[in-house]
Parts: sequence; C-alpha cells; structure tokens
Amino acid sequence: MSATVEVRIPTILRPFTKEQKLVSATGADLAAVIADLETQYPGLADRLLENGVLRRFINIYINDEDVRFIGSLTAQLKSGDSITILPAVAGG
Amino acid sequence: MSAVSGLQIPQEMADAMLAQARAEYPNEACGVIIGREGKAERLKPMFNAAASPTFYEFDPKDLLALYREVDDNDEEIIVIYHSHTETEAYPSRTDISYASEPGAHYVLVSTREEIAPATEFRSYRIINGVVTEEPVEFIR
Repeated sequence: MSATVEVRIPTILRPFTKEQKLVSATGADLAAVIADLETQYPGLADRLLENGVLRRFINIYINDEDVRFIGSLTAQLKSGDSITILPAVAGG
Repeated sequence: MSAVSGLQIPQEMADAMLAQARAEYPNEACGVIIGREGKAERLKPMFNAAASPTFYEFDPKDLLALYREVDDNDEEIIVIYHSHTETEAYPSRTDISYASEPGAHYVLVSTREEIAPATEFRSYRIINGVVTEEPVEFIR
C-alpha cells in the first residue's frame, strides 16, 4: 500500500529540490519513494543509487532505523514515516 | 557560515584535537566542532567506525544522532576534522570525494613521525570537489 512520507534532504542535495530541506514523496517501499523523488526532482536518484543499489556512502534512515538493517531498497513504509538522508562523513 | 574568511578556533580546542589525534594513533581520529553563526562553540570527538590508519567514517547511528542534536539545538556543524597519521595535513582524494557538507570547514591535523614533535593543523573549504586552504586563527 503506497505511503505518503516526508523526506529530509541534506544540504548537498538541496540544489535538486529547489533548496527545500523537507519534501514529500509516496511509495510502498524505499525503492518506490526514490523513484517518486526522481520524478519530482530529476537527477536526485543518481546521487542515491549506483547500479540499482544504494550508494555505500549515503545513509538513509526510516524514522530512526538505518535502512541497511531493514531491507535497504525493499524497506517498507507507512504513511507518516520520516526518511532522513545523510551523506557519510568519511575520508582517508 | 563564517562572515570572516578563514577559521577562528579557540586554542584549547585545537590542543584537544591534537591530543585526540595522538591518543588514537595508529588510527585516524575524527570529530566535529559545533556552534552557531559560524562561531566554534563546542568540540565533539566522534568514534571512527572504520578504526583504520588510513580511513575514517562516522558510525551511521552516531551520524543521525549528531544531526538530530544539532538541529534540536539550532546549531550548525562548523568544523569536520580528522587526523592523518603518516601523511601531511592536506585533503586526500578520498577526503575530497566524500566531503559532503559544503558549509563546513574541513580541518586536518597531522602527527606524522617525520615532523615530530611539531604537528600540522590546517583548514580548508571543500566545495564541489575544489579544495581551498584558508588561514587559521587560534584564539586564546
């Protein structure tokens, strides 16, 4: 069942969302929400996905849970869920 | 974001960052400085989840907690810092490709053996893959 969720956009991706830091999207799972975001904000999906999987250094959370532990792109959503996107803080 | 060019940082904070880098050797040390209106107010060392001499990464759980805390307090991340254990305090290709907080000052400290007991403390802006070094002013 398709859910309406809010998505928190990190500073570095706000050029795609016309500087909005909080946007709305719909989808039954994370893959669908990302596809919906791409429809609304073209180019955004490529920053989140590589070869169809989530990029290693992008962290996505549904409410407080890291999606890596709840199915990644198949993580299920319900209406009212809050998705947070945070690029990794990393380097060498 | 600072209105003045460069980074102004309390000397005590810089000293603490260098002490942390030495303490965590041989692994890279890392952390942030948080504040308001571009002003460095509090130092927050972070756990290096990579636990490596050549890589650092904030644990994803810690990262979420950090951003929530900063948001709740109406603060901003002023500095993101890490140490280089064997190389100079200049951003590596990896540092540049992962720099994803365009408003932050990226500070590198180096405690490499060849310059001991001297250390390096340098600050940069990394925006759209471009590195610009900036002056550092230590405030007493």
